[in-house]
Amino acid sequence: MKALVSVKRVVDYNVRIQVKPDGSGVATDGVKMSMNPFDEIAMEEAVRLKEKGVVSEIVAVTVGSAKCVETLRTALAFGADRAIHVVEEGEVQPLVAAKALVAVCGKENPDLFLLGKQAIDDDANQTGQMVAALLDRPQATFASKVEIAGTKATVTREVDAGLQTIEIDLPAVITVDLRLNEPRYLKLPDIMKAKRKPVENTTLGDLGVQAAGGLKIVKTASPAARSKGVMVKTVDELIAGLKNKGLL
Amino acid sequence: MSQASPFYTTDHETFRSQIRRFVEKECVPHIEAWEAAGELPRALHVQAAAAGLLGIGFPEEYGGAGVLDPFYLIVAMQELARAGSGGLIASLMSHGIASPPVMHVGTPEQKERFLRPVLEGRKIAALGITEPGGGSDVANLRTRAERNGSDYVVNGSKTFITSGMRADFITLAVRTGAAVLGGVSLLVVDTATPGFSRTPLDKMGWRCSDTATLYFDNCRIPATNLLGAENQGFMTIMRNFNSERIMLAAQAWAFGMVCYEDALEWARTRQTFGRPLITRQVIRHRLVDMKMALDAVKATLDITAWHVAQGAAPVADVCMLKNLATATLERVAGEAVQILGGAGYLRGIRVERIFRETKVLSIGGGASEVMKDLAARQMRY
Ligand SMILES: Cc1cc2nc3c(=O)[nH]c(=O)nc-3n(C[C@H](O)[C@H](O)[C@H](O)COP(=O)(O)OP(=O)(O)OC[C@H]3O[C@@H](n4cnc5c(N)ncnc54)[C@H](O)[C@@H]3O)c2cc1C
Repeated sequence: MKALVSVKRVVDYNVRIQVKPDGSGVATDGVKMSMNPFDEIAMEEAVRLKEKGVVSEIVAVTVGSAKCVETLRTALAFGADRAIHVVEEGEVQPLVAAKALVAVCGKENPDLFLLGKQAIDDDANQTGQMVAALLDRPQATFASKVEIAGTKATVTREVDAGLQTIEIDLPAVITVDLRLNEPRYLKLPDIMKAKRKPVENTTLGDLGVQAAGGLKIVKTASPAARSKGVMVKTVDELIAGLKNKGLL
Repeated sequence: MSQASPFYTTDHETFRSQIRRFVEKECVPHIEAWEAAGELPRALHVQAAAAGLLGIGFPEEYGGAGVLDPFYLIVAMQELARAGSGGLIASLMSHGIASPPVMHVGTPEQKERFLRPVLEGRKIAALGITEPGGGSDVANLRTRAERNGSDYVVNGSKTFITSGMRADFITLAVRTGAAVLGGVSLLVVDTATPGFSRTPLDKMGWRCSDTATLYFDNCRIPATNLLGAENQGFMTIMRNFNSERIMLAAQAWAFGMVCYEDALEWARTRQTFGRPLITRQVIRHRLVDMKMALDAVKATLDITAWHVAQGAAPVADVCMLKNLATATLERVAGEAVQILGGAGYLRGIRVERIFRETKVLSIGGGASEVMKDLAARQMRY
């Protein structure tokens, strides 16, 4: 069974995000970048399935600038066998990414396509769903448990009301949630070995996908600064204060 | 991190993020409890092995990372230092000073017995050089090992031994010959050996590191535990000191950076007389002085580590580096406490603990006076 896992290069979760002075986006120059944490969970799941003998090959894929090869190397250090880099220097919107990933699926024919439920940069939470729709294959989003038996996957999903378990036919698209697993620590020997694994380069053009997305970002702005807090001495004072603000 | 360096690549950054996650998840939440307990849990060594931390600098065939680039170890020190506890590094990484002799002069069989289980986190290793009679004068050590049949019979004692209370293996410096440099050997002592005993030492800092005095009373150690040739131990010890001192310098720099960062953060947020502290010239200049001194240490650290990685043994450079780094930490930690004011004097604050733990870096692994004297001799003054 072949698993395809998509990974995205994002600003590291530890970094305090700064908006560019001209409001055109978020500053990334000289900022620490990492693999999207949800994609790490997807990679970990694929590697565990391979260790269990369910999956025999893992292919990692990313859509983005030349620098995203670092993220692919991280995926290879996790245990991907090879990687595909759809090189695109410009902005990649969810639908463009989805179309590119669908084109890669067309070549690779994976039995299982694992994605993070969303990327922590713009938190779109769209790509996996779009991929499934474009492929016209079953999807299970927000997975917190994945079991594969034969040509079926049983997936526990984290939904607003709690947990939902569904069974889907493979090939299928699964997007993973935080509690699915805890990614392993990548060890130095694996980081080194990743350098010798193959990375195939392609472009949106090669895949027949148009780079321009339908969305236009008008402006990026920081959230309003929090106003200074007030220390209250007693519960009565607190209640009075809340009433004053019409909150009680 | 944002600036390119000839010594650090994206691989170092990938590695850094792994160690950072390990420190945040497995260390930071427990430091206070470990400090109170006076030791680290054994399970932490197993976790650290799984995180790839214990194997750095050791060969892959015995469970190490198989990567000799010293900059990974510097990155690891830097990330471990963020937990703000010198004892964590000293004790979790005590094999970093105890195990290189096994790696360098041990036989394959010795590496299998004494290196692999340590790198897997199943056993704890400590280095026993210093004696109650003196630490600086290594060539004059008195713990004796007499050959008797297929064993050595060891008598004497060691003190200030890091991880000494928990250690399973002690890399022990013993006298097997005359009272000169050429009479020193290294033996691995299994602490289950009859005649071995130990007592804990209570300390100013490094409180989560178990430091012990060790006693050897007619301990019979198989001669197969001898590392390298008899009476040839001194060179191995000296080589070991070189790498230990570079790593102590790396720790001193890393803890200095934590002090600087915490002081900077505090100066930015703390308001006095209606303005943030950082707007005061006295404070902002002090912060620049701290950064300037720390950057000088880092530049010296990186180039010295690079020279050593090229196969050089620049003893004088290493001595001066250790002194530069530890003296800078003493100063920077003091400045950080001062900038934090009363808050810097409170238990549970990183700079408070680092301040308490500056002296041990200026003393352990070769005290600064001794480092200067050694440097002077090396430079043929
Ligand atoms: C927390 C801690 C952990 C340690 N862990 C270990 C360990 O794991 N293994 C180990 O073997 N050792 C360990 N040590 C011991 C450490 O290496 C020694 O403390 C150090 O080498 C100094 O030796 P000493 O304490 O005997 O001091 P001394 O040698 O008695 O020196 C005392 C003072 O005199 C100065 N001095 C000495 N000789 C001269 C001279 N000729 N001229 C001028 N000044 C001189 C020294 O610089 C020092 O300031 C540890 C120490 C501490 C505090």
